[in-house]
Amino acid sequence: MLTFTLIFLPLLAATGLFFVKEEKWARNLAFAMALVEFGISIAALVQYFLYCHCHLLFRLDWLASYGISLKFGIDGLSMLMVLLTTFLVPIIIYTTFGQKINRPASFYSLIFLMQAGLMGVFTAFDGMVFYIFWELALIPAYFIAAFWGGKDRIRITFKFFAYTFSGSLLMLVAIIFLYFRTPLPHSFDHIWLYASNLKPDEQIWVFLAFFIAFAIKVPIFPFHTWQPDTYVTAPYPGSMLLGGLMSKMGLFGMIRWMIPITFSVLNTTNGLFIILPVTGIVYASLIAIRQDDLKRLIAYSSIAHLGLVAAGIMVLNAQAMQGAMIQMISHGINIVGLFIIIQYIEARTKTTSISELGGIAIKAPRLAAFFMIILLGSIALPLTNGFVGEFLILLGMFKYNMVFAAVAGLTIIFSALYMLWMYQRVMLGNTNAVTEQVSDLSWKEMIPLIAIVIMVLWIGIFPGMFMKMAENGVGQVIGIIR
Amino acid sequence: MNTLTTIPINHYLIFCSMLFSIGVIGVLIKRNALVILMSVELMINSVNLLLAAFSAYSNDPAGQIFVFFIMVVAAAEVAIGLAIFVLIYKTTHSIDIDVLNKLKW
Amino acid sequence: MTILIALVPLLPLLGFIILGLGYRGIPKRVAAILGPGTILISFILSLIVLFNFRLSPFAFRFFDWISLGPVSIPFEFLIDSLSILMMLIITGVGFVIHVYSIGYMSHDKGFNRFFAYMNLFIFFMLILVMSANYAVMFIGWEGVGLCSYLLIGFWFKNQQFNNAAKKAFIMNRIGDLGFLLGMFLIFTTFKSFGYQVVFEQAKTMSAGSGTMVAITMLLFIGAVGKSAQIPLYTWLPDAMAGPTPVSALIHAATMVTAGVYMVARSGVLYVLAPVTMEVMGITALATMLMTAAIAIFQNDIKKVLAYSTISQLGYMFLALSVGAFTGAMFHLMTHAFFKALLFLGAGSVIHALEGEQDIRKMGGLKNALPKTYWTFLVGTLAIAGLPPLSGFFSKDEILGNVFGSSLPLWVVAVGVSMMTAFYMFRLLFLTFAGKNRGSDPQSLKIHESPSVMTIPLIILAVLAFFGGFLNIPEIMGGSGMLKEFLAPVFADAVRLNQLQPHHVAARLEWSNMVVVLLLVLLMAYVAYRKTVNRDPGTASRNVLIRLIENKFYVDEVYDYLFVRPALRISDALQKFIEERFIDRIVNGTGTLVVRFSNGIRYLQSGHVGMYLFFMIIGILLILFINIFL
Repeated sequence: MLTFTLIFLPLLAATGLFFVKEEKWARNLAFAMALVEFGISIAALVQYFLYCHCHLLFRLDWLASYGISLKFGIDGLSMLMVLLTTFLVPIIIYTTFGQKINRPASFYSLIFLMQAGLMGVFTAFDGMVFYIFWELALIPAYFIAAFWGGKDRIRITFKFFAYTFSGSLLMLVAIIFLYFRTPLPHSFDHIWLYASNLKPDEQIWVFLAFFIAFAIKVPIFPFHTWQPDTYVTAPYPGSMLLGGLMSKMGLFGMIRWMIPITFSVLNTTNGLFIILPVTGIVYASLIAIRQDDLKRLIAYSSIAHLGLVAAGIMVLNAQAMQGAMIQMISHGINIVGLFIIIQYIEARTKTTSISELGGIAIKAPRLAAFFMIILLGSIALPLTNGFVGEFLILLGMFKYNMVFAAVAGLTIIFSALYMLWMYQRVMLGNTNAVTEQVSDLSWKEMIPLIAIVIMVLWIGIFPGMFMKMAENGVGQVIGIIR
Repeated sequence: MNTLTTIPINHYLIFCSMLFSIGVIGVLIKRNALVILMSVELMINSVNLLLAAFSAYSNDPAGQIFVFFIMVVAAAEVAIGLAIFVLIYKTTHSIDIDVLNKLKW
Repeated sequence: MTILIALVPLLPLLGFIILGLGYRGIPKRVAAILGPGTILISFILSLIVLFNFRLSPFAFRFFDWISLGPVSIPFEFLIDSLSILMMLIITGVGFVIHVYSIGYMSHDKGFNRFFAYMNLFIFFMLILVMSANYAVMFIGWEGVGLCSYLLIGFWFKNQQFNNAAKKAFIMNRIGDLGFLLGMFLIFTTFKSFGYQVVFEQAKTMSAGSGTMVAITMLLFIGAVGKSAQIPLYTWLPDAMAGPTPVSALIHAATMVTAGVYMVARSGVLYVLAPVTMEVMGITALATMLMTAAIAIFQNDIKKVLAYSTISQLGYMFLALSVGAFTGAMFHLMTHAFFKALLFLGAGSVIHALEGEQDIRKMGGLKNALPKTYWTFLVGTLAIAGLPPLSGFFSKDEILGNVFGSSLPLWVVAVGVSMMTAFYMFRLLFLTFAGKNRGSDPQSLKIHESPSVMTIPLIILAVLAFFGGFLNIPEIMGGSGMLKEFLAPVFADAVRLNQLQPHHVAARLEWSNMVVVLLLVLLMAYVAYRKTVNRDPGTASRNVLIRLIENKFYVDEVYDYLFVRPALRISDALQKFIEERFIDRIVNGTGTLVVRFSNGIRYLQSGHVGMYLFFMIIGILLILFINIFL
């Protein structure tokens, strides 16, 4: 029942918010709903730990003759992603409070629609339902970027939509194809899809379809070119949703669907597909060094970091995959933190161009401190959240292939390089005309950052609880592979 | 045995094919939208007749029931079609399909 | 006991948290007590640990940090003589430097921030030396790198300083990658990160195996980064941008010696990889020689000391490479004393001259700064290796072992020793002897530093003077206290070492000692003749000297080889691959679809007759296919 509520409540909120006229009401209602949703996910967490390994399953026949049922459940993987979503959405809504938004009711409504989509994606145990929610999450993201975005938004968001949508269609084809290969009577249920009987060459095609769909969503090099532009042009809450949550859909899909169904392709191709994300790590890092726009730099760093996660998923061993799960959570938290900080900087200086900034630390030491801590999390310093995941991924990759691990390990050098250089040019040095009037954070502004910093340190120092959830979920996937 | 079956089925087939072909040719060569509509009706009716004939030969009333359905639907369709032509004629003073080529590309 | 040990690193952490959270609200006076106070308590606790220590190591865990399936990384401390020695050095020297900082930083606006960072550094450094496995060591390893970054760039308004800080962090990270990969290889080989498990298994392995060489080489890369050896040493001279107490604590006494500690800790692994030991020896030797040469021609008081530090670290690695683990740790300790002393002395000079660091503009400060002068003298004598100061004993121990191992190595090491004596005495004389060469008349107002700064100098001077007595060699009738204390830790490594230096006869050892001593004194005299009452600006210049003066152009070469190509590649990737290749393919697909539909949309001609014609053709086609095919 909790599972159902988790999906239904955002839908309800989305519908309800459309009819709210007053801006203040819309805000407060949206924030309250997001908090309630967070509360429910905490309840689900408690229930999850009380009856461990229970799936909190919710099932309702829908199109029974086609074997489609509304089957939702929460296992370890879902739990982590659900918590990430319900944790980030209130924060994202909170950061919009100080700003002027056109038609706020529709804006918040779209955010909740997207949350409903995400919830469905993360909890669906039926291939067709997964696909439906997958698309449901895309549409609000498109509208948020297209209606509230910045310069050149129509062209960029159209590219984003067309690109990710064509990937999704490939996935739809793959799912339907799998359906006809499931044992009789056919079904979209995940157990049936896992059991589908594929010839080796069919497996390659199904794998490719899944891989391209997920790779575009993440995005993995070389399917990433929609992403920097979209992050830059989308409004801040949109960038946060895209970077923090939507990119995780692709990675989650890999673990939930691609790996259990077509893992043998990865075994037989000898790491051919792992080369892509590993190349992406170095490639995106190198490009990130020279970026002048803060959001664009974060976008490229995100390609590098998520490339590492994808590589960790595809080496098919328990440590790397668990590390990948932890790293998905960490990356979601860190990138939202970074976007919040950039938002604060832009609100104060009206620019995100690195070369125009400088010396903000003098005027805003609190901002500098928060920025530093989140930045350390993102360059994977031990005792921050980034380290646990990267450490496990690299360890798992090292077991798989030392050269891959060494190349992927370059990320710890590169990320330090571009992040610290960016920090130096933005925060350190002397103030200039643009940054002279910068004010420090108020208490109200600090609240979301405090929440994020707590998570950065919590996952970094005591990752036990998160690891346990990941272990449960990953254990099942690894069990299928063996 | 009813009266329908006193005529051999081949006659029905040949007659209906001819009727249908006349309809097709009418659709292809006529320029007047009204005539085209009439030709289409002719095609429909040829099929109707065929349905009725087969239904009689196979002793299954379903075919004849279908014919009634089709006639009703076709009547509704013609009504709408004629209404559209009237409106088109009101605005363009013509129902020549060669003139009606504004909806393109 | 467990709680006491846990408190040793936790107290500095607590200090950091309090100072960090309330850095604007806490008055300077409170910070001045809180910062050094936590370290003092940690030091006292370390002493208690020492007195309760019964030579048998013990480990205890606090909680599972990362644990899943076979990978189990507990947050675990190992207390043995090696870690106790390091704890004492860190908290002891750390406390003294903290006290000194109260005076040195008293006028700085970032007073509280400074102590917060310093406390955080002590915390991470303690984690580094107290951990019982490589993964937790890595926490400290990276953590001290972070603190070093924060403190080098402490005056962050100056982008030059920030560049230095960034350079330090990046170069350290290059080493860290090596360390990390070495750690992974250890795990895949031994299925554990814990020292005790790893060493137990390693003992049974054959020497010289490829895995062992790979592990030790990768770990050594980490050590090279952290301890500033060739080729990753260029960050350390730049790191002098930080406040002087930082240079004393982090870039002389403790952090840079982490690499030495790590290699000593992994001694069992290293002795099983003779190839690595050789590489380490060569690296150490090259580093010593090169940086000592550079130190001779430097004119910045802190830069001289920085290059000297690199050179002395080379000494320690040299000792490690011949298997003289105790010697390396001994020198690490005495070096912590005298180099911290020298840096703090230099800081006192800089403080008195209000920021002047160029020794060509100093001179004659002996009378103005008597306490600084005398303590600096003790430091110089100690580093030059004059008996009975601490540096003499520790260097002698290393040279003795090197002599027993290989004569050419010994000759070079003695050469470096002479160079050390030369540049240190040059520094001493140029700073304190002769006449003042400062240009402005303010030089008359030069005053000695306050006692909060001079008392730490005196304490360190005493340590630098008497520190060597902890390990008087047997031929002088000493008992080798430190050697005995550390023996259990290094027992296995020493036993397994195949390159064990052979024993040197006592007479030979005595004669060596005298030879070295005479050479050092000679160099001191040469330095005196060359510097005192001479204008330092008019030295003869040939190509070699110019090369050394410019630090062998290593920074420029790195810039040319790595930095610029990286930036250029970045631009090229952005411009050609990203925009003109990948994105063009993506956009091209879109354009293709648009063009295609542009082409076929003319089929929609608007002629109803045409449509009807197509429709019927279509129907006929379907019929035809259905019937005839």
